[in-house]
Amino acid sequence: MTLIEPRKHGDASDGSLGSRLSRLDGRRKITGSATYALEQPVENLVHAVLVQSTIASGRVVSVDKAAAEALPGVLMVLTPDKVFNMMVASDWFGNRVENVPYLPLPAEVNYYGQAVAAVIAETFEQARDAARLVKVHYEETPAVTVIDQGGSGTVTAPMTVEWGDAQAAFDTADITIEAEYRTPREYHVPIEPHGLIASWQDDQLTIWEPSQWTHGMARTYAEWFEIPFENVRIISPFIGGGFGSKGGAYFYGAVAALAARELARPVKLAVTRSQGFTAYGGRASTRQTLKLGASADGVLQAVIHRGANETSTYADFHEGTGAATPIMYAVNNFSSQQGLIKVNTVTPGALRAPGKNPSAYGIECAIDELSYAVGIDPLEIRLRNYADHDYQSGKPWSTRKLREALLAGAERFGWSNRSAAPRSMRDGRTLIGWGIGCGTFPNLTNSSDAMIRILSDGSVEVESAGIDMGQGTYTIVAQTAADALGVSVDRVDVKLGDSVSAGAPVAGGSMLAGSITGAVHKAAQAAREELIGLALNAPNSPFSTSGANTLVIENGRIKTSREDSPSMSIGELMAMLGREKLEVKRDTLPEGTTREEQQKAFTHMSKVRGPTAGEFSIHSWGAHFIEVRVDEDFGTVRVSRIVSAFDCGRLYNPKLAESQLRGGIIMGIGQALLEEGLVDARNGRVVNNNLGDYLVPTNADVPPIEILSVGEPDFEASVLGGKGVGEVGIVGVAPAIANAVFHATGKRVRDLPITLEKLI
Amino acid sequence: MKNFEFSRATSLSDASLRTQEAGVLLMAGGTSLVDLAKCGVTEPDMVVDITRLGGLDQIEVSERGATLGALSRMAAVADHAGIKAEFPAIAQSLSLAASQQLRNMATIAGNLMQRTRCAYFRDPGAFPACNKRQPGSGCSALGGVTRNHAVLGTSRECIASYPGDLAVALLAFDATIETTDRRIPIGEFFLEPGETPHLETLLRPGEIITAIVVPASAAAHRSTYLKVRDRQSYEFAAASAAVGLQLEDDGRTIRDLRVALGGVATVPWRASRVEQALIGQVLDEGTVRQASLLAVEGAVAHGDNHYKIDLVPRVVTRAILTLGGLA
Repeated sequence: MTLIEPRKHGDASDGSLGSRLSRLDGRRKITGSATYALEQPVENLVHAVLVQSTIASGRVVSVDKAAAEALPGVLMVLTPDKVFNMMVASDWFGNRVENVPYLPLPAEVNYYGQAVAAVIAETFEQARDAARLVKVHYEETPAVTVIDQGGSGTVTAPMTVEWGDAQAAFDTADITIEAEYRTPREYHVPIEPHGLIASWQDDQLTIWEPSQWTHGMARTYAEWFEIPFENVRIISPFIGGGFGSKGGAYFYGAVAALAARELARPVKLAVTRSQGFTAYGGRASTRQTLKLGASADGVLQAVIHRGANETSTYADFHEGTGAATPIMYAVNNFSSQQGLIKVNTVTPGALRAPGKNPSAYGIECAIDELSYAVGIDPLEIRLRNYADHDYQSGKPWSTRKLREALLAGAERFGWSNRSAAPRSMRDGRTLIGWGIGCGTFPNLTNSSDAMIRILSDGSVEVESAGIDMGQGTYTIVAQTAADALGVSVDRVDVKLGDSVSAGAPVAGGSMLAGSITGAVHKAAQAAREELIGLALNAPNSPFSTSGANTLVIENGRIKTSREDSPSMSIGELMAMLGREKLEVKRDTLPEGTTREEQQKAFTHMSKVRGPTAGEFSIHSWGAHFIEVRVDEDFGTVRVSRIVSAFDCGRLYNPKLAESQLRGGIIMGIGQALLEEGLVDARNGRVVNNNLGDYLVPTNADVPPIEILSVGEPDFEASVLGGKGVGEVGIVGVAPAIANAVFHATGKRVRDLPITLEKLI
Repeated sequence: MKNFEFSRATSLSDASLRTQEAGVLLMAGGTSLVDLAKCGVTEPDMVVDITRLGGLDQIEVSERGATLGALSRMAAVADHAGIKAEFPAIAQSLSLAASQQLRNMATIAGNLMQRTRCAYFRDPGAFPACNKRQPGSGCSALGGVTRNHAVLGTSRECIASYPGDLAVALLAFDATIETTDRRIPIGEFFLEPGETPHLETLLRPGEIITAIVVPASAAAHRSTYLKVRDRQSYEFAAASAAVGLQLEDDGRTIRDLRVALGGVATVPWRASRVEQALIGQVLDEGTVRQASLLAVEGAVAHGDNHYKIDLVPRVVTRAILTLGGLA
């Protein structure tokens, strides 16, 4: 089956890496012919519906399921008291507690909306109706439902970052500011909701489920059911957005797979939009206090940061509010601590730029506050405190074009026309404000594996378990292979999102593009060498008398470098050789990696190298220049103009990179102005658990966004010189908007989102 | 959602007869009905579809006023040249409501009957107590998340706000609702919750809206609908105002003024005190701003929604100033 049919445009957008080729999967998605997980036609399918807890804390004492079981079509009701032979899987880093039974529907209730039972029936409607009849009896215990009830929390010592003497430097600084910044619970709300179809054949488990990491999810299912990794197949060719929420297998996947095994029938479980607010965690709410001390001329002397985020009562998740703080500016005295506050919530998770995002919100607002306290332009104070190396690790940057980003963005935006005083720019009754926010995201790297297959007609297939959730993997993989092989991109067919294919790391931490292109490039180069070797050495080779000891491949034709060279197409070579196909698999793991280690590299995060693993400190950078218009009577904020400049190294496809950066910026608009999970403190219920009430930006909320790229290839960052693009786009948007709102109104709103009542 | 039977009405009287039975609901567009059925709020045994009945989707505008057939689509009324010319506030109230897709499906009578967006009303599984759903069961919104709840027309039993926009504009211009039985002035059509929040309109079982009639007026001709919200599109109003203004021949003295409010009250809310205070006055910003404070006379905040009391007079002021060319 050809998943993606490459197209040729007949213009400059065709072709090689670095060109603005449109998404190869675009047509299938907009015409509806891309089949998503829950749309898979599977025969003999039955349906599972979850029953959720209506308390925030306590335990299930008993479940009355008789009425549900009595309904026609109901096949099974799973409850906490029914224990199956499943084992706890290892965490992302490969740590596993041995021989601990896994209970996808535990009796202990830790948050409102936790699944406590599941009904499986012949039809979805039967399952849904029966789920309503399941009566759960609880023993309720006191709950902490919102972060403010949770006290000051516990400091996580290993996350403390210190150098110099921050307190002493702060105490003696000419100018100081201190402020607390807060962010609420935020949710991924991908347009494709979660869910899966699970099907067993003997001890082989097939799962159709949107996945940012087919290998990692297959490993989890295999461990749950104690079957070999090879026995699980995750199929995820198309994904309607993930933003971090589709990186792992969740309890409901276990429920569906378990029911499928028990009933010996395929089971579909669709997580509803509302359940998406509790079936997996969104971004934790955070609070952080920043104290900055500076000399009278605005040179930073001290940064003191104290942050905390909510986590669940049963697991620790760090939303590192100090993640960006230490690397943004030059400062000789620094102190940061991160705490956790336990709340009765589903364990929060990774949401686009975890840590870096709220962290940048804090430091980038604080530096803006300092700029007013000192009386220096917000652009100038950033340049004046520019970090020429990584003060945290002490290492040099690999590349850091943040200064170039600031200057290019300022120029394009017209920053020099800004009048400094708050409330000094207006259009009738609309106050206008301009703000800056910088962003960063660490360059994480991991290895990939890739399969290149040359077919008899000379066309090329590339296979990887890596995925495309909209970010453009299909397209840049085709471009990479075409480039390295010397064929046009319309001869390349890319197959992604199947865990039986060559391994790839998670599409998370902005690391997939750099990783997968490295392996595809390597495999394609090897395939090219092999083709050339075959062409030279084949009996009857037209090149045997040419005297050439090597050949080139251009536009699918093999020849020598001489102008009068004979040539043949790859297809002709394959025909001459009588070959059906030629397969070349290459990975970017270190030489001599064992099979077991290879498996680990793709199924765990333990092999991921952080930004300072080598001799350099490697990050993506960005600077946002944002204009807001605030109605002076109503307090409504509208973003009217954005210029953002980024250093993401080399862009494999500028069109797709810009699109992804733009997506991050739009998400940042939502974070700054609209998004907030509202919890009823009385029971812990998220009351706006739907897209009518949990507001994300509409088209009308999104102004023209201009993206500038100031990056240059960074070969410390990846094989082909790119740095991560997926997350850095959102980082710095919220502070840029908050700073613009201050410039417009003179009001400093320090808790997101900046809704109208905070400004009137 | 509970399963229900579905049938099409053959005539208005057929529909009327069938909806006199308990558990039978009309479907006039379905955008709200299906939504509430999914929430588990509305659980009809039978749904009677009246969308195929002929002759109920006419839009007529004459010198005397406008007659809007009950089954006119929101989009059709919003885009109607005569409505846009003679009743701009009505056209704007519709085009600022919902999304284009919903406006293409939803009818204006169905829109009037739209029920509150109170998160507690819409979530019976999590919050069994709701006097609107279950008289006497209590109000879960009190003490909860109340940012979008009403500050006007509330009672101890219910603080849910009326979410619609069209009815607010209709109220400002004294529309009449024609039903299969009678004609009801829109000011009487919606019922404040009082002790009976489950009773939302005057409609009796089997009674069906057939048309909405709006008299022409100079104020309607010079009118606007101002909707304030955090999101630019596809959000209910934090506060809205339908305002119509007629000036004397001197071009500065207010002869007629209509002000109705949305998003802040349990029913579409006429701000008569503001109208009375300003009629006969010379239009200037200070006078208007002062008089607009009367719009929230008697308003009661419940926690998070206190901002609405500050916001409403500003919305009213801006709408009046806009019409008067002073904004």
